[in-house]
Amino acid sequence: MAAFGSFALLIGLALAAYNLFAGGIALRLLAVGGPARVSPERLAETARRAGIAGFVAVTAAAFALIWSVFHNDFSIEYIVEHSNIALPTPYKFAALWSGQEGSLLLWAWLLAAYGFVLRLTHKTDVKLHAYAGTILAGVQVFFLLLLNFAAPPFALVRGGIAPEDGNGLNPLLQYPEMVIHPPMLYLGYVGFTIPFAFALGALMMRYPGEKWIHITRRWTMMTWLFLTVGVFLGMHWAYAVLGWGGYWGWDPVENASLMPWLTGTAFLHSVMMQEKRGMMKQWNVWLIFATFMLSILGTLLTRAGLVSSVHAFAQSSIGPWFVTFLVIIMAVCLFTYILQRDHLKSEHRVESLVSRESSFLFNNLVLLAACFTILWGTLFPVLSEYVEGTKKTVSGAYYSHVAIPIGVFLLLLTGVGPLLAWRASSFRSLRRNFILPGIAFLVTAIVCIAVGLRPWADEGVFYSLITFSLAAAVATAISSEFLRGAGVIHRQTGKNYLSSMILLIRRSTRRYGGYIVHLGLVVIFIGFAGYAFNRSVEKPMGFGDTLDIGPYTLKNLGNTQESNPNYDTEFSQLDVYENGKKILDQPMAPEKRVYAASGQPQTMVANHSTMRWDLYVVYEGRDQATGLPLIKAFLNPLVMWIWAGLMVVVFGTLVAMVPSLSPARAVATVPLPDPGTLASRTPAVIGSGD
Amino acid sequence: MSLSNKQRSLFQSRPARLAQAAVVAVAVCLSLGVTDTSARFNDVGRKLICTCGCAQSLLGCDHVGCPNREGEMTQVRNGIAGGQSDQLILDGMVERYGATVLGAPTTKGFDLVAWIMPFAVAAVALIATIFLVRNWAKHQPRLADIPMTAVQRRADEAMRERIRRETDTEGDL
Repeated sequence: MAAFGSFALLIGLALAAYNLFAGGIALRLLAVGGPARVSPERLAETARRAGIAGFVAVTAAAFALIWSVFHNDFSIEYIVEHSNIALPTPYKFAALWSGQEGSLLLWAWLLAAYGFVLRLTHKTDVKLHAYAGTILAGVQVFFLLLLNFAAPPFALVRGGIAPEDGNGLNPLLQYPEMVIHPPMLYLGYVGFTIPFAFALGALMMRYPGEKWIHITRRWTMMTWLFLTVGVFLGMHWAYAVLGWGGYWGWDPVENASLMPWLTGTAFLHSVMMQEKRGMMKQWNVWLIFATFMLSILGTLLTRAGLVSSVHAFAQSSIGPWFVTFLVIIMAVCLFTYILQRDHLKSEHRVESLVSRESSFLFNNLVLLAACFTILWGTLFPVLSEYVEGTKKTVSGAYYSHVAIPIGVFLLLLTGVGPLLAWRASSFRSLRRNFILPGIAFLVTAIVCIAVGLRPWADEGVFYSLITFSLAAAVATAISSEFLRGAGVIHRQTGKNYLSSMILLIRRSTRRYGGYIVHLGLVVIFIGFAGYAFNRSVEKPMGFGDTLDIGPYTLKNLGNTQESNPNYDTEFSQLDVYENGKKILDQPMAPEKRVYAASGQPQTMVANHSTMRWDLYVVYEGRDQATGLPLIKAFLNPLVMWIWAGLMVVVFGTLVAMVPSLSPARAVATVPLPDPGTLASRTPAVIGSGD
Repeated sequence: MSLSNKQRSLFQSRPARLAQAAVVAVAVCLSLGVTDTSARFNDVGRKLICTCGCAQSLLGCDHVGCPNREGEMTQVRNGIAGGQSDQLILDGMVERYGATVLGAPTTKGFDLVAWIMPFAVAAVALIATIFLVRNWAKHQPRLADIPMTAVQRRADEAMRERIRRETDTEGDL
């Protein structure tokens, strides 16, 4: 199977290279025109078919690796390093992306799959798809070069003698989310190649109008959704597995996933200005270029070991390949931009500081400021080492001071933007739209202080208070938009409010789907604000011992050890009482596993989650002084709001991707102004406005 | 020592009572800012990194048998118990474990750049954007001022009113 996989990768590379060069030549011939020995259209078609065949080849390679994992083919080095016989079936799939070579193969396969769909749908616009397909082939060539020459997944074990069993999967990755988190994240990272390829292609061919944006809109939104879900699944994994009680540690690799998300979000907003008013064309092109490059930078940070990270398991020496690729991409983008800059002139300009357009501008500004801050913090250790010779640490202590204020400002814009009109907002409309959210803000702030929040006592509490108040204001603003629209439909059609609201959403899915996404973000921010109130208690616990935290009391029913072929485990069984009353039928069982193949320990957190807070219990190991299990309990308020908010975001994005109801059309016959010049009457189509 | 009636009435006057209330309020607020030992330990702990190589915060490191965590935590506890200020404790940690033990750059020398840069970039971008938008708005081509007839003006106003009434919004419903 190793030979089959290697051969498939080689064929994949040859096909991608053919797609790139034949496609490039065909497009050049089409651009210059004139007679040619070969028909450029036919050459472009062979390039497209090579791209489709490339997908088959890379799929065969991915299948070969998965087959080898399931058949415990320990003649392959990668299988030895990332699997073992006792590994449960779902994690055998996860072995595909648990190591360097496998995850690059996953990347290449997803890229080929996206390319496959793109090439199959070429009839939408043959020439634009030919450009995008050729650019995509360029990216594919890079990844297939890596897989064939720098990080081959089918390399055989050194010495040629296969061991009887493998080293097993990294214990950190043996958690259900890890079966889905990396593919989601990769679908996001890789997916941004498609809008990038279309944007670059449209610029290269001086594509008229904004049709390329319409073509890529759903691609971009789907990609953004994958990245969003991937980032949040990663947060959930960190929360459930790393056992430190938090979900975001500002680790460089976490940051690497957030940066393209921020620029991608900025693109999704600013592209609306290009669609509606033909503005910000240069900005949009650079936003999507930056998003793609940040996706590659994220991979570079993960793989090259430039900065210390909890994702150290993925490090290797392929950094220079990524640096070279980034430089090439940057050069191509810059060259194309300089050459075609005049094609990107705006048709309109922002007319007022208080308008929907300027709110998009400020939203972009804040998102990019957040992206820069994170990039700056991530790379500052490298910079400080270069300047001072000492590598400084930049962790949550830094980001909580610089990133949180930006995040809070972003939350504000989430509510303000939808309330502003296109072109310019009058003072009257501002007063009408902002009065309710303003009241909601003030009332929430007063209530929070009345129930005991002391913003002057702690910086975290201050930001929480602002977040709660802003969340109330933004939720009010968005809800009032829904109610106002539903009210109009209710008056027009006589439907009840619920039906009116559904019709309202169906009439403009993109707009109201976007508002639902904003509501989801509000819910997520409420969850984030709870972090300021986290508390924890740590205690060695023998049989019958109790531990109090908040309203909960944990009572130890006993400490147990068990074994299975994959791992040995120690765990405590803890009954949970709330205000003296037992609340769980099954005791909580935090555990510490030691995996047989690797000998590495791993925490398995026990979590009792409610909308109010999470009771999060960790088995830390044995207390050195007493020999008793050391139990650490956290009370983390509002964490479930984060996951609930994600659901709302997913729902809103899906709504935004559904086509809106088309207005009904009617044919009316209108008399022409001058019957003498035309002999007949011409029918005209007018929208009835539904 | 008893107070004379005049002195008593001075203390019980309305301004005096307001002043007393203000003093009590300030004292309550200040007392809320006073932290106990465990809160101080958490505050200082959050500013430190476990130096075992896990890249996690000192309070967040959960490795079984971590070689560094306990040593670092003990030093922080001893510092607090010895009456040292937070800064002195942090200086002691840097002296022993190196600058990487701090979770964030300091506010001295080159480290200051780490703090200034994000806000400076955001501020410059914000000012530039405001300037740009104002400039665009100022140089916006204006529509020619064609005089409208009274009938046209009434029709225009009626249309605007109808749009306002039917959509109840100035956005793009």
